Amino acid sequence: MSLIACRDLCLAYEGKTAVQDLTFSVEPGDYLCIVGENGSGKSTLIKALLGLKKPKSGSITYGDGLRQTEVGYLPQQTPAQKDFPASVGEVVLSGCRAKPFYPRGEKRRAAECMEKLGLTEMKNACYRELSGGQQQRVLLARALCATRKLLLLDEPVTGLDPVISAELYRIIQDLNDEGVTIIMVSHDVDCAIERARTILHLRTVPLFFGPAEEYADSEIGRTFMEGRD
Amino acid sequence: MLDALREMLSYTFLTRALLVGSLVSLCAALLGVSLVLKRYSMIGDGLSHVGFGALAIATVLHAAPLAVAIPVVVAAAFLLLRISSSGRIKGDAAIGLLSTCALAVGVILISLSTGMNTEVNNYLFGSILSMSRGDVILSASIALAVLILFILFYNRIFAVTFDETFARATGVRVGAYNALIALLTALTIVVGMRMMGSMLISGLLIFPALSAMRLCKRFRSVIIVAAFVSVFCFFLGTLVSYLAAIPTGAAVICANMIVLLLLTAAGRLRERIL
Repeated sequence: MSLIACRDLCLAYEGKTAVQDLTFSVEPGDYLCIVGENGSGKSTLIKALLGLKKPKSGSITYGDGLRQTEVGYLPQQTPAQKDFPASVGEVVLSGCRAKPFYPRGEKRRAAECMEKLGLTEMKNACYRELSGGQQQRVLLARALCATRKLLLLDEPVTGLDPVISAELYRIIQDLNDEGVTIIMVSHDVDCAIERARTILHLRTVPLFFGPAEEYADSEIGRTFMEGRD
Repeated sequence: MLDALREMLSYTFLTRALLVGSLVSLCAALLGVSLVLKRYSMIGDGLSHVGFGALAIATVLHAAPLAVAIPVVVAAAFLLLRISSSGRIKGDAAIGLLSTCALAVGVILISLSTGMNTEVNNYLFGSILSMSRGDVILSASIALAVLILFILFYNRIFAVTFDETFARATGVRVGAYNALIALLTALTIVVGMRMMGSMLISGLLIFPALSAMRLCKRFRSVIIVAAFVSVFCFFLGTLVSYLAAIPTGAAVICANMIVLLLLTAAGRLRERIL
């Protein structure tokens, strides 16, 4: 059973159509990359997958025991977070479920996620004093706290230098190998083809949905890659 | 200094003022950290101007000040939230519009009725004599509510303050928490306004948070230090205002400013040493 299945999805943003007639599904263990130019509806689609935006028509179904609030989301950073006084531990823990306090199991989960991403030593460090790459790792750990199944990453390497980007991609790959399903939005199409298993190319309507190898050979894929060079 | 404090406490109205003032300072500091970090600092300024307008209406109608001010300011707080979330008018512009409007209405009403007198002056710049028994009870219950809600929902308030989108995506009812913070802010402002003055009360929300952020690197320590700084500055300001016979609200804000400068210097020094 698919983790997420979208059927004839239409999304509108302030009255304008952002996404139209989109049908695709995400299987457990998949590594899906959503590519497309700016304004192609990627951000709106993310909001819809997170349940922050109601579809105009069509449907999004969650399956395989996944609930909508169990999507681990790595958002793009906001300017307000750049000078936010918080420790790494506090930020990671905020990905856990409070009711209204954190149960012991959730705290242990946060510690595991920090360990997995090599953050345990930085637990008490100040988030705003970390480098961009370290901050992304902290936010990734927070996203992991919120999910066991599915990570949704929004342009995760924006503003990072190539070495740090490669490291982050490696971490994401490791998580995928451990069975976490990945949905990544990116405009770095070369990286997408290299790493992802499945590609969804969006320009309001879906232009391509299928395996990454097929995308590299397709006309739309080649045009998009050449256009960027 | 202790003698002066003892002397102050022998006046009932000063004891009341100290009690109400420290409770209001405590609430303002807790709420202020979240507001400042969410870039909503000016919401306090807007609401206190609305409070001034409401007090003017109460004067004209010969009604009890709080009975008019509380509903009006709470309504304004929700209005501001709605406007800034709908996105048509940006938050800062909305606050500017609302606060000048309320001020204009207040000034017109006052000039039509009593004219500029001491009472109006007190509304603008505060008076330590204005605290009644009812105010003590009201402020104590509001302060208690703020404290309990803050402790109970501390983790969610952190999540909502740090990253609204992520919190919403994980199923936190962000709108409800924003409304809660706005409501508590409105109540804190109404209670504190008459002592601190509607022109000055918003400083209580902003100063302690900024002071604490100069020194602390964790959210929890920012909250705790802000609360201490706020109450300390209130006592210091009130004491100075008593000894030097100057307005309390202004003295409290000056005390806050001095502490902010000192802590900024301390923060810089620490960075240089470490």
